[in-house]
Amino acid sequence: MSSMTTRVKQKQIAQLIAKGKRLDGRTLTEYREINVEQGIIERAEGSARVLLGKTEVMVGTKIEIGQPFSDTPNEGVLTVNAELVPLASPTFEPGPPDENSIELARVVDRGIRESKAIDFEKLCIEPGKKVFVVFIDIYVLNHDGNLIDASALAALAALLNTKMPNYEIEDGEVKIKSGYTPLPIKKYPITVTFAKINDKLVVDPWLEEEQVMEARLSMTISNDGNICAIQKGGSGYFAPKQVLEAAKIAKEKGEEIRKKLNW
Amino acid sequence: MSQKNNKLIDKKGLRLDGRKPDELRPIKIEVGILSNADGSAYIEQGKNKILAAIYGPKEVHPKHLALPDRMILRCRYHMAPFSVQERKSPAPSRREIELSKVIREALEPAIFLEYYPRTSIDVFVEVLQADGGTRCASITAAALALADAGIPMKDLVAACAAGKVDDTIVLDLMDTEDKIGKADVPVALMPNLNAITLLQMDGILSLEEFEKAVNLALEGCRKIYAMQKEALKAKYVNVKEVEE
Repeated sequence: MSSMTTRVKQKQIAQLIAKGKRLDGRTLTEYREINVEQGIIERAEGSARVLLGKTEVMVGTKIEIGQPFSDTPNEGVLTVNAELVPLASPTFEPGPPDENSIELARVVDRGIRESKAIDFEKLCIEPGKKVFVVFIDIYVLNHDGNLIDASALAALAALLNTKMPNYEIEDGEVKIKSGYTPLPIKKYPITVTFAKINDKLVVDPWLEEEQVMEARLSMTISNDGNICAIQKGGSGYFAPKQVLEAAKIAKEKGEEIRKKLNW
Repeated sequence: MSQKNNKLIDKKGLRLDGRKPDELRPIKIEVGILSNADGSAYIEQGKNKILAAIYGPKEVHPKHLALPDRMILRCRYHMAPFSVQERKSPAPSRREIELSKVIREALEPAIFLEYYPRTSIDVFVEVLQADGGTRCASITAAALALADAGIPMKDLVAACAAGKVDDTIVLDLMDTEDKIGKADVPVALMPNLNAITLLQMDGILSLEEFEKAVNLALEGCRKIYAMQKEALKAKYVNVKEVEE
């Protein structure tokens, strides 16, 4: 966290931000270049790779038939998991998911679930008994900062590319037929993350900014401009007016990204 | 969230438990109730019953986790198996791991971490009974336990959620409102510094509703802050009234 080089850079990054500039030449509210590629893993029901600057995240979706939760018998089930693969960063260790990967998965999950991005009722096969279960597996391949936004984007891109198997019910048994139907997607939630550095907010922090940031704030915005998920992270704090400022910027950025990707 | 017929606010504008939209649940706080811990606190907020304990500052184990310029804060948020309707497995769930992290990050800004390099403080939170808003009540209690342990702090941290049920922005959601309401915004605040140290949200809110919810939650935090100070005084200030 506080290696020699970051200590040296901390001052430089903070001084630049005070002037409204950043080390990599961006403005404070500018994203790095976003590149989305879909359908890259044939064995997965849906897949996507997102490049956010040098940050690279791959998401694969799998669909299985399973049981609904008892409180939502008519709805499909969503499960999100994130792997911080050791090859992606010297700070990632092999082993069971740590709090960072659990938080990442849960923030992405919340954005998709709370925005009602997937039409879960259309995933019901037999109420109370059988539904489609959508697995989203996030694979971080290169860590250069802002894993949350890249992962949320890759998850949505993979969902948009996901196909559900056709089926019919014969004598109470579910029979899979040939062909596929696209997964019903209703909303396009976009997550916008801010880093607070020297009391200023910057959008889409890259690794060097994350290493010196005081705190982080992620806001997920649905296409109707509503907020559907928020997560603060890091051991710093935000002033109330910074939070409201962030919400306004997040709404603009969400629209901008959706437009850019034609979503 | 699909039970649309469930009215959470009646015609008079009152909630299921008779509260007004901007009213907190009854809160009871006690400081210093565990004899083995360096600091402790107990909170009841509605039906929530939560214990928080502090151990430290102490030597870090394992040693490689120690930092040369500051102490490390560790936090475990845990729910008792009997704290909810259906028995919860005692093994830490993904939710508990996430909450442990956000609670730690809500407390860290309040502590002078650089005062005790190479040491650690452990924060243990046990939810004995859950009734919605446990992360906030946990932060409120843990901050008091830190103060009780004599840890140098910039301010206490008080936490409270606001949210939306039916079409109304309400304060301090209880279990049912949390589950079938439209949005939940937990907030933690260092009131003297006007600094938000925890902010989460799930559900759907417009920007205007979000602003309203944050402001209501901040108001709730300030009310809880007053109760925190009373609870600390109850333990440490022995006021003798002298009648003349």
